[in-house]
Amino acid sequence: MKPIILAVHVLIVSTVATLAETGPIQAILQEHGDLIVKSSRKTIGPAIEAVATSGLPEAQSVLQAWQVKSIWMRKSDGLFFLGERIDSRTYRLIDFDTGGTVGEFPKRELKNIKPNSGIRALIGTALVQFQLLDPDPDRRREALDAIERSPDASLLAPLRNSIEGESDAGVRARKMRIERLLTIAHGTGVDERVAAIEEMSTDLGVDVRATLNPLTRTEVKAFAGEIPDGLNVARRLSPGSDDLPREEAYALLVATGLAPATVGRDAVREALIANLQDDAAGGVQAGELGADEARMRAYGVLARAGAVPPLVTEAEIDAALDAHVFAAVYAEASPAVAAAAESALARIANRVGLSQGADLALDALSLASIYFLAAIGLAITFGVMGVINMAHGEFIMMGAYTGYVVQQFVPHHTVSILVAAPLAFAVTFGAGVAMERLVIRWLYNRPLETLLATFGISIALQQLAKNIFGTQARPLTSPGWLDGAWVINDVISISHIRIAIFVLALVFLGIFLFIMHRTRLGLETRAVTQNRRMAAAMGINPDRVNMLTFGLGSGIAGIAGVAIGLYAKVTSDLGADYIVQSFMTVVVGGVGNIWGTLLGATGIGFLQKGIEWFNPSNTLAAQTYMIIFIIVVFIQLRPQGLIALKGRAAGN
Amino acid sequence: MSQSVLARNPSVLVFLAILGLFTLGVTLMSEWAGSEVVSTSFVKTLGKTLCLALVAVAMDLVWGYAGILSLGHFAFFGLGGYMIGMWLMYERTHGIVVSSLAEAPIPPTEAEIVGAIGNQIFGVVGSREFPAIWAFADSLALQLLFVVLVPGLLALAFGWLAFRSRVTGVYLSILTQAMTLALALYLFQNDSGLRGNNGLSGLQNLPGLDHVPQSSVSIWFFWASAGALALGYALSAWIVSGKFGSVIRGIRDNESRVRFLGYPVEAYKLFVFTVTAMIAGIAGALYYPQAGIINPAEIAPIASIYLAVWVAIGGRGRLYGAVIGAAFVSLVSSWFTGGQAPDVNLGFYTIKWVDWWLVLLGLSFVAVTLLAPKGIGGLVDLWTGRQAPDRHGADLGPDAGSLREAEAER
Repeated sequence: MKPIILAVHVLIVSTVATLAETGPIQAILQEHGDLIVKSSRKTIGPAIEAVATSGLPEAQSVLQAWQVKSIWMRKSDGLFFLGERIDSRTYRLIDFDTGGTVGEFPKRELKNIKPNSGIRALIGTALVQFQLLDPDPDRRREALDAIERSPDASLLAPLRNSIEGESDAGVRARKMRIERLLTIAHGTGVDERVAAIEEMSTDLGVDVRATLNPLTRTEVKAFAGEIPDGLNVARRLSPGSDDLPREEAYALLVATGLAPATVGRDAVREALIANLQDDAAGGVQAGELGADEARMRAYGVLARAGAVPPLVTEAEIDAALDAHVFAAVYAEASPAVAAAAESALARIANRVGLSQGADLALDALSLASIYFLAAIGLAITFGVMGVINMAHGEFIMMGAYTGYVVQQFVPHHTVSILVAAPLAFAVTFGAGVAMERLVIRWLYNRPLETLLATFGISIALQQLAKNIFGTQARPLTSPGWLDGAWVINDVISISHIRIAIFVLALVFLGIFLFIMHRTRLGLETRAVTQNRRMAAAMGINPDRVNMLTFGLGSGIAGIAGVAIGLYAKVTSDLGADYIVQSFMTVVVGGVGNIWGTLLGATGIGFLQKGIEWFNPSNTLAAQTYMIIFIIVVFIQLRPQGLIALKGRAAGN
Repeated sequence: MSQSVLARNPSVLVFLAILGLFTLGVTLMSEWAGSEVVSTSFVKTLGKTLCLALVAVAMDLVWGYAGILSLGHFAFFGLGGYMIGMWLMYERTHGIVVSSLAEAPIPPTEAEIVGAIGNQIFGVVGSREFPAIWAFADSLALQLLFVVLVPGLLALAFGWLAFRSRVTGVYLSILTQAMTLALALYLFQNDSGLRGNNGLSGLQNLPGLDHVPQSSVSIWFFWASAGALALGYALSAWIVSGKFGSVIRGIRDNESRVRFLGYPVEAYKLFVFTVTAMIAGIAGALYYPQAGIINPAEIAPIASIYLAVWVAIGGRGRLYGAVIGAAFVSLVSSWFTGGQAPDVNLGFYTIKWVDWWLVLLGLSFVAVTLLAPKGIGGLVDLWTGRQAPDRHGADLGPDAGSLREAEAER
């Protein structure tokens, strides 16, 4: 009995609080009471750590309450409670240990603990270890997100401890992966880190590279005499080489205080102005100082007089460079870790390069299918009939706007697209037939005038679209199942909508081939194109065939417009953006041959992506060079297109 | 054949006389002469219109006479503007920099002046170094030479490649359009050395002539534009009047036959293409100092197509038609888009011409192509009594591509 009584006495003396209310977590809080009330980011560390490592079940709720500023201190005895607001003046206090209500208190008897954002971040880090063990998998994922955002050495141990009991396979895999990355960055032993690096060297994730890169980062340093031991030297550098140009080497010496700074032209000018006396500096009149030679002479005089620092001569620079040793030094202390990281990065770079190549090919393929889609209508009107239709791009635009209008009435996206496609075909088919009847049939023998007349229609249609729909871009929303992307690995991915456009391009190719080679219309079209009079003599009505063929080409442009509208924003310039590329696609491939158009689109798509790959930051340059390249290839090598028609089909 | 060019082409004298009277009239009514009838800004508009008429004459020469529908001549026009713009901008910045550096206690060195100019000009594109193409920007004589040389050489190289490969007709049009697009895209880049999409600006201020009021500068440029148009018109009339003109009209109507007759068709076409590119460059060099600013959007392919539109509306195949077309369409266009045209109230809808002008232009262009292939210039035929032969609408030649009756002159 005696020791217990003694202990009770000590407690009463030390805390003043009533004994029965002080549970274990309250005791910890009281122990760091001053720090908690003071709330300074620099000193709060031990308090948070004490709560977090207490092992008590209430620790998490205390930290959470602390983070959201709902811990209140009772001024009368300095105890901490969870405060619940009843009204603006009254708060209900709840004990952390028992969870029971202590009572309601007026606000003026309480003090709110308000941690600043820095402290809240520290609390957040401390909370992660609890969240890692949270029964809710979503909370555990959030904790892993937090670790990825700010990887910290202190998180390694709790993360490792949490892997064992993880039940969710996906979360477990993520935990193990992040544990490997944390080990690479913050592991204690060299062997452990090297093993982790080896293990991750087949991973293409950006985070792996972000973890490895700091390990291989080097800094160029200059040393007088020999390089001191204990530094992890990557390689020695000699000044004047490509790795370390002479100027940079000397600038490094200047920056580290090992050599005097050179005096540049600007500095000379400033010094002369500063030492200007009686309209002369260094014995040279100010009026003469407009030449480099006079300035150097004046500066030399001033330097000999000691008024300005002397010029550093080339010989002095050489001497200073000779007197020092330059080396690239790893920031990472351990040579084994740095070497492992270097080789792992090299292996990853190889795999990333291969994947990027594949990704580029997919990109190019999808660009090619967009060009093909835009050009296939033109392959009929221009390729088969020989009509230059500059308003073709506007038919694409009309199709896209049809899709937009349909979506205003049919809110369900999948249904609206299914309605829009045939409607767009109908609208542009009608527009094409009207244009053929009213304008083009009068100009069949004069292609240059067809070009200009259809251009007139093109600007009229564009302005009409601007007047009706305004200049801002209109959305054409794709159905939900087209959102998202097909991800093969961290580098290769392609969005579903691009796959859909690719499939659509193939479908259109099939439709074109079927109509041209398996239907009566196709047969008559080919007959009229080859010899109009002969076809007429065989009982074909050439006017009707031309009208229908032109309508078909325009209608396909309309459907292509719906597809392109899903992928790009719908504006009145939509068609104009594609018209030059579409004509190039048809012309480069070889007029009058659908396989040529396919080849042309593929070639242009791959060429553009290929050039972009050389200079990814500058797509304008890529397009410029692509067009020039195509012009040169076209007029120099294959003026008839890649696949030229032969024999009678070639016509004139 | 001993008659002079002018005697064989009375229209040239008529045109030059009208142009002279017009220039005189505008000069007398301008602010420069103390009158208030024609404002300085309108003198500039008229001067610019004369430059557009000059490039339209070039376009008519290459399209209306030689049958090459070039969609790149406005690019040559823009290149001429860029060449003179480089000198104007360099010299003007030079003046500003020198006067500001003169306030420093010691005079600047040459390198400091050039560095400060570079900083001023290229600061907007995040650079301060002079690109290599500015090497001669301080020399007016060389830049004036470039106004002719750069478009000429580009046209020569492109034409040589294209005509040699027998690229003709519509294909050539699409290729010239692609060339224009490539040039515009190239100039849009910040590292093209011509200030990207900022273009060159402040060109209306002549270096060293800050004390001269804009009313004088505008009238000088108006005279220069009128003079250039007169010279260009006379040159073009001379080119198309003799045997050379007959050959290029023959190429337009049937290229293969002219080739079979032994004429080097490619050389003729190359000559016309290059000369017209040079004329276009000169027109641009006079246009942009009056406009004050040039940027890559000016030479987008659409501009070249509009040029063809002007010539077609004015009447191609006759030089005065090109002048009429360019002047008429560009002045009417600025009248409509400038908000001066009265709105048309239809009761249920009010037609605002700012919005509907392009629709009207496009449709009237279709109408001209279909119904009046001779354009506005065709009205002159009614007056001079030129009649087309009555062949009941048939083609004039054996080929489907030959001139139709409606297009023939006599």
